[in-house]
Amino acid sequence: MAKLKRVVLDVLKPHQPNIIDFAKAISALGEGYRVTLQVDEMDEKTETVLLSVEGDELDFEAMQSMINELGASLHSIDEVEIVPDETNLNERE
Amino acid sequence: MVSRSYGIARRYFVVNGFDGALTLLGLNIGFYVSDETSLRVVIGACLGATVALGISGISSAYISESAERERELRELEIAMARDLSRTAHGVASRYIPVFIALVNGLAPFSIGLIIMLPLWLANAGVVFPVTPLESAITLAFLVLFMLGIVIGKIRGSMWLWSGLRTLLIALLTALVIYLLTP
Repeated sequence: MAKLKRVVLDVLKPHQPNIIDFAKAISALGEGYRVTLQVDEMDEKTETVLLSVEGDELDFEAMQSMINELGASLHSIDEVEIVPDETNLNERE
Repeated sequence: MVSRSYGIARRYFVVNGFDGALTLLGLNIGFYVSDETSLRVVIGACLGATVALGISGISSAYISESAERERELRELEIAMARDLSRTAHGVASRYIPVFIALVNGLAPFSIGLIIMLPLWLANAGVVFPVTPLESAITLAFLVLFMLGIVIGKIRGSMWLWSGLRTLLIALLTALVIYLLTP
């Protein structure tokens, strides 16, 4: 089973919660989640942000649920980094 | 996180609490400058006003806040091109009006009951060094001074000056009632 180490998402979100609270909510999903949020475009009621999350093993479904719960929409997955699960490989050897 | 409701609730508490305190002050001064009125009548009138202020505060804030929140949610749904009813925004638009309505109603209600305390106690047989109406009026002045302090703290200005300003408003109210009473 491969592990998701990094993902960059294009997200449309309302102004509230602000990007600090939004990033905190995503980082609280797992231990060691490093979150970077960059505002790409700003409209009257919404903003498009590039959400970059890094961690040892990211839970993508939890991230999607949190994005949805915070009133945002996932537009696209722009980058991913997947690594093989070395524990499983060692067990096979 | 999405509602910014704390500041709104705090504003409602101060505004409607001030309304409640000033109304009770006016009622008590009205009774004080009028002919002798029985304590039961004073308590009945003050309680009626307090309950009415509480219910009016709850219903008016709920109606206006829920309408405002629904409109904001609809506009946001159009901007986001999605249903937000199951999101934090949807939850906030349903529960925040209830919270704000309770604050708005309970502020004048609780403050009214506090100002009425000397009247209740006198009715129960507790003896005051001054008359129950004078005690209630003094308590109303004190509550209005305290509300002024709260306003000063919110604004970040000098609390004593802010307290004295609301006290001055209370004194002016008392003076107008006194002058207008035949």
